[in-house]
Amino acid sequence: MSNIISAQNVIFEYLGHENNKTLAINDVSVDIKKGEFVAILGHNGSGKSTLAKHFNALLIPSRGTIYVKGLDTKLEENTWNVRQTAGMVFQNPDNQIVATVVEEDVAFGPENLGIEPSEIRKRVDKSLEAVGMTEYAHDAPHYLSGGQKQRISIAGIIAMRPECIILDEPTAMLDPSGRKEVMETIKMLNKEEGITIILITHYMDEAVQADRVYVMEQGSILMQGTPKQVFVEIDKLKEAGLDVPQVTELSSRLREAGINISPDILTVDEMVVELCRLK
Amino acid sequence: MIKNITIGQYIPGDTPIHRLDPRIKILATIAYITILFFIKGFFPYIYVLAYLGTVVWLSEISVKTVLKSLKPLIVIILLTVIFNVFLTPGETIKLFGYKLPFVTKEGLYQAVYMGLRLIFLITGASLLTLTTSPISLTDGIEKLLNPFRRIGIPAHELAMMMTIALRFIPTLLDETDKIMKAQMARGADFESGNLLNRAKAMIPLLVPLFISAFRRAEELALAMEARCYRGGEGRTRMKQLKLQRIDFAAAFITILLAVGVIFTR
Repeated sequence: MSNIISAQNVIFEYLGHENNKTLAINDVSVDIKKGEFVAILGHNGSGKSTLAKHFNALLIPSRGTIYVKGLDTKLEENTWNVRQTAGMVFQNPDNQIVATVVEEDVAFGPENLGIEPSEIRKRVDKSLEAVGMTEYAHDAPHYLSGGQKQRISIAGIIAMRPECIILDEPTAMLDPSGRKEVMETIKMLNKEEGITIILITHYMDEAVQADRVYVMEQGSILMQGTPKQVFVEIDKLKEAGLDVPQVTELSSRLREAGINISPDILTVDEMVVELCRLK
Repeated sequence: MIKNITIGQYIPGDTPIHRLDPRIKILATIAYITILFFIKGFFPYIYVLAYLGTVVWLSEISVKTVLKSLKPLIVIILLTVIFNVFLTPGETIKLFGYKLPFVTKEGLYQAVYMGLRLIFLITGASLLTLTTSPISLTDGIEKLLNPFRRIGIPAHELAMMMTIALRFIPTLLDETDKIMKAQMARGADFESGNLLNRAKAMIPLLVPLFISAFRRAEELALAMEARCYRGGEGRTRMKQLKLQRIDFAAAFITILLAVGVIFTR
């Protein structure tokens, strides 16, 4: 499998307070394969959102290079191809919906690409179906719940037929049921449509569902690997100001108490199986 | 207080008038207003009344709603009528043997004539906004202005600005409500005191609202760029406006009205 996104020694610095140069991203290298579901984890100010904006050519690295499907994001002629290949969903659902009718908003991306009206129609219908929002096609976005709005934003990106979707904390402003809706949509797109997913998040239980996890801290990559590999290192995660999934914490405490239980338990179901075996 | 604000005065419906192409509706309204200014004498008002009556009847909007649109401008209509009654020179009128000062026959005639013109003008124009959603109005304006792009009229940009404004009005209203409640919870008073005090109380409301609006604008711009927005050049639209038979019929009837008015001059 080829890399859809490849970042090599990316450094991003900006002028912060009193014209001091601040390093937001410090020598980060990331390789994301086609069809993968990758989570980038980190607490506020760890540079994860800044990194995400680089994948979409919204930001250009100060040093180092990013290739999206082999296209260098630094070159201006690649910008629009990069943005079409790697679509981006933002945190606040209210601030990324442009139109006053749901289906018109989904059509916004394809319209910008100059696609034929009849083809746009097809894509809009298909995208709304994919996120399960067909029945709201003619509604006004401000009557929808946060989770529904975020699904509309995702539909707006799918309608552009990207190979990769970057989601920058898409669930941070949602209630638990909205979070569940969005996570299910993301996983479905990854499994059924084969779209590469890059999920920026600070929720552990979301990162657990990914194929691979990067943990960021102060602009660099602190850890990477499968969720099981990453979440076992509870002490290291806590040092970075992150929590571990509750179940993993529980299993680690049980081990400390002398119970022979596997250390890499991430979900409640796994915990149940493991506990039943103890009997 | 904020819940009562509605955007525009559009009344949704599925009547022939609602279904008309917005371009035709805008052009017909402009034509109708122009025709009104060509009218001399009372007789052609019958045509106008018939035209307006048909539109109201077809649109299934109650006469009461249509007349309500006169409310904000009632002062102007009254002033026009009063000035015309008293300030038109001519033969003074006698009532029960008394001479009414300043009131002239010509004045009364002029007052009714001007009053009717204003009433027809306002109700006609408001029928456009009553039967056309803000979105299709925007679409119509964009398409109508498109040919003038060469002489520097930014048709697409204007339409995009209107769409975004319409999209964010409810969002910002919600936000205003939230900020108001937050300030009230901390003892702010928006409802008592004189005008100056109430205006002053608005400052802690407006400052956070403006800051948040700018922040939203920045985020929206970023999201639009991420979705490959690069202005109107090379952009297509999913919904195409197409003239139907009913649009031609509406245009024809409007032309008939114009011809009728011109011939009775």
